[in-house]
Amino acid sequence: MQLDAKIPGGPLTEKWDRHRFELKLVNPANKRKCNIIVVGTGLAGSSASASLAELGYNVKTFCIQDSPRRAHSIAAQGGINAAKNYPNDGDSLWRLFYDTIKGGDFRSREANTYRLAQVSDNIIDQCVAQGVPFARDYGGLIENRSFGGAQVSRTFYARGQTGQQLLLGAYSSLSRQIADGKVKMFPRREMMDIVLVNGQARGIVVRNLINGDSESYVADAVILATGGYGNVFYLSTNATSCNVSAAFRAYKKGALFANPCFTQIHPTCIPHSGDYQSKLTLMSESLRNDGRVWVPKNNEDKRHPNDIPESERDYFLERKYPSFGNLAPRDISSRSAKEICDAGNGVGPTGYAVYLDFKEAIERDGIDTIRNKYGNLFDIYENIIDNNPYETPMMIYPASHYTMGGLWVDYNLMSTIPGLFVLGEANFSDHGANRLGASALMQGLADGYFIIPYTIGGYLAGASLKEISADHPAFSEATKEAKAHIKKLLSIKGKRTSDNIHRELGQIMWEYCGMARNKEDLTKAIKMVQDLREEFWENVIVPGSDQDYNLSLQKAGRVADYLEFGELMITDALARKESCGGHFREEYQTEEGEAKRDDENFCHVAAWEYNSHGKAPVFHKEPLAFENVELSQRSYK
Amino acid sequence: MTNSTDTINIVLKVWRQKGPKVKGKLETIPVNDISTHMSFLEMLDMVNERLTLDGKEPIEFDNDCREGICGMCGAVVNGIAHGPEKAMTLCQLHMRKFSDGDTVVVEPWHARAFKLVKDLIVDRSPLDKIIQAGGFISMAAGGAPDANAIPIPQEIAEKAMDAAACIGCGACVAACPNASAMLFVSAKISQLTLLPQGKPEAAKRALSMLRKMDELSFGNCSNETECEAVCPKEISITNIARFSREFLKASFCSSEK
Repeated sequence: MQLDAKIPGGPLTEKWDRHRFELKLVNPANKRKCNIIVVGTGLAGSSASASLAELGYNVKTFCIQDSPRRAHSIAAQGGINAAKNYPNDGDSLWRLFYDTIKGGDFRSREANTYRLAQVSDNIIDQCVAQGVPFARDYGGLIENRSFGGAQVSRTFYARGQTGQQLLLGAYSSLSRQIADGKVKMFPRREMMDIVLVNGQARGIVVRNLINGDSESYVADAVILATGGYGNVFYLSTNATSCNVSAAFRAYKKGALFANPCFTQIHPTCIPHSGDYQSKLTLMSESLRNDGRVWVPKNNEDKRHPNDIPESERDYFLERKYPSFGNLAPRDISSRSAKEICDAGNGVGPTGYAVYLDFKEAIERDGIDTIRNKYGNLFDIYENIIDNNPYETPMMIYPASHYTMGGLWVDYNLMSTIPGLFVLGEANFSDHGANRLGASALMQGLADGYFIIPYTIGGYLAGASLKEISADHPAFSEATKEAKAHIKKLLSIKGKRTSDNIHRELGQIMWEYCGMARNKEDLTKAIKMVQDLREEFWENVIVPGSDQDYNLSLQKAGRVADYLEFGELMITDALARKESCGGHFREEYQTEEGEAKRDDENFCHVAAWEYNSHGKAPVFHKEPLAFENVELSQRSYK
Repeated sequence: MTNSTDTINIVLKVWRQKGPKVKGKLETIPVNDISTHMSFLEMLDMVNERLTLDGKEPIEFDNDCREGICGMCGAVVNGIAHGPEKAMTLCQLHMRKFSDGDTVVVEPWHARAFKLVKDLIVDRSPLDKIIQAGGFISMAAGGAPDANAIPIPQEIAEKAMDAAACIGCGACVAACPNASAMLFVSAKISQLTLLPQGKPEAAKRALSMLRKMDELSFGNCSNETECEAVCPKEISITNIARFSREFLKASFCSSEK
């Protein structure tokens, strides 16, 4: 298969304009006849559903929760980037583009990333017009902050609830279209399969989670906006229902999966505390603006942190990265914390935590200033850990947070299956090997509000689509398979719950395919995942029936997919014999222990094709060409 | 710092109901060896793991983000929506707030407008229907003016944000003796009415959202203030006062019907 990213010609700055002109249009009367399915109602799914309905398309939108407003975009705290340059501090469209490319360690497409920066300003305008209450200064204009180590203040925020406010904005637009009858909303549905007719995506089969019924829906195009796969690690900052299943079913139907090994580990999360734990809670990265990260120098030191004198503390980020210090990028901070804990210097009950200390900031700025800035985060921390961070240092540890990998898409956001589009975190397109803080929200909304409304028209205007109904054999075949899958899960009646198996999978992935990876461990991990998968299919116990609401059954189906996906992720990590961004291969590092890219051999997107059950996936390469930026080595020393 | 081996035993009395058409009852489940560091939902996870391995059906409950922002979880614990801690969703409640030997009663949201689905799960789609009746600003993607074209005084923006913090969990409805959704409706009305962008549709919005609330069999507000007491985001009842003003204005001073 020859991968064609369909990047338009011409200079970088003119590509999107030119493409919008070259894309065919669907005339308004015909839009009314086109049916589009959107799976997922996070920022990407909600904004796409609303925008397509506004254009006149008939949209059917599906989500697993009870309401489209619950999708996990809602939990994003920090903010959303845009190149508005309101603070007059040197930002520009080009700088946002460049920072994104560099932050992604030169493993994303120039054209996609530039377009993202181009539409970023429109997103902010759109959200304000919807009633999103961004933070404002005394003059009534919007306030910006610097975020995630950026040198300019380009992040727009609504307290610590930016994701919530943006999602509720998109949800309100979606609600308006539901009221108008242009969107038909199907909550509490889980996509079981995508249906192809003549090689084109023509619909989906879903399970109604309330009564267990299989339902088939026909469309002219299908959009997946189903989020990332961070829960492959079991413990992550993702919501419990976040899953890879929809994307993975698409992969099994022929859509290529790109860069699955590119995952982001967030450095500031509340540490793991016990086997019962179901999720890790993110503490906003902004804490690193004032907190100092340290561990005791002596790894036998079990004293209370306040009793450890300055001279016996190792402020390891400040020591290793004097110029960036505690604000070193996410991957570097995370890996440093892991290394220091692996060396035995970690703190807390598990030894896998480091201190984040605000003592100096409180002495410098006063407790009130710190409370104003971080009060709600300190409260969250105290509620979970039962410890007062104004008095004792916080404990933090990295956790899985975001996945840059995803289904491969071209410039039009279409996968390798014609008519199947993939938006937001579910695709791989814009963040390369590492994502900048406050850029996930930007990408989700860019895809939904300002890219898919154009590119889907180009497809629909040019595609030859036969009229079909849900009686088509492809739908009954998919339904039959989905039902058989569920029957099988229920029939095993073994001795381990799917949660228990998921936890073990998570441990394998975290240990061997997490923050640092090497060939030996990865090779070992493949076998472990295969064995665990085998055990799952012999020994899982799924209670209840398939005729009513059964969360255990839903979870079992998702774990079954993770057990296959985990192997794909490891395979990709093994194949990428370089370190870049969030992917750190221990064999490929500089003498100072920094990630060492191999631009000669790995300046490409690795896209994997499913190759029937039990066979290794087929590797495809999309070379990345950099015509506008020079590849440079990151340095945060 | 508390000891990581702290454990307690409790007796759980939890509502079990197969579906909307069958009768439900409180089931008594003694639960031992609960780490006090667990969240309430993690305790339920543990109970479910044990029930499953014993060949019984686990307790169904809605949950998702487990960090207090998605609004998916919620149950009445010992008579209080989201449990005894103030300004907190059920997923944020930790077992250290309970004592060894406690009896803990867990029930779903009870409200005429919320039909029971199973065990602790109810159907809160009527809240979505209220938003569909007018909880938006009518604008389509593409036509927005520059974000700084209309300055909004900081105080107003902050008030709008206070109201916009609602997570749509439905605790206010569950706590209200009339099962009214006034706090939920008024929070959205307040957010959109305070902002200049929402003013053109203010009258229409107030009338149609209230009408929809009545139509969906939510009760009326009689100033019990129970809603404010349980709201995990501390949405203030001053929003209800603002909504009432908007409603009166719309009824008497606008041409909206």
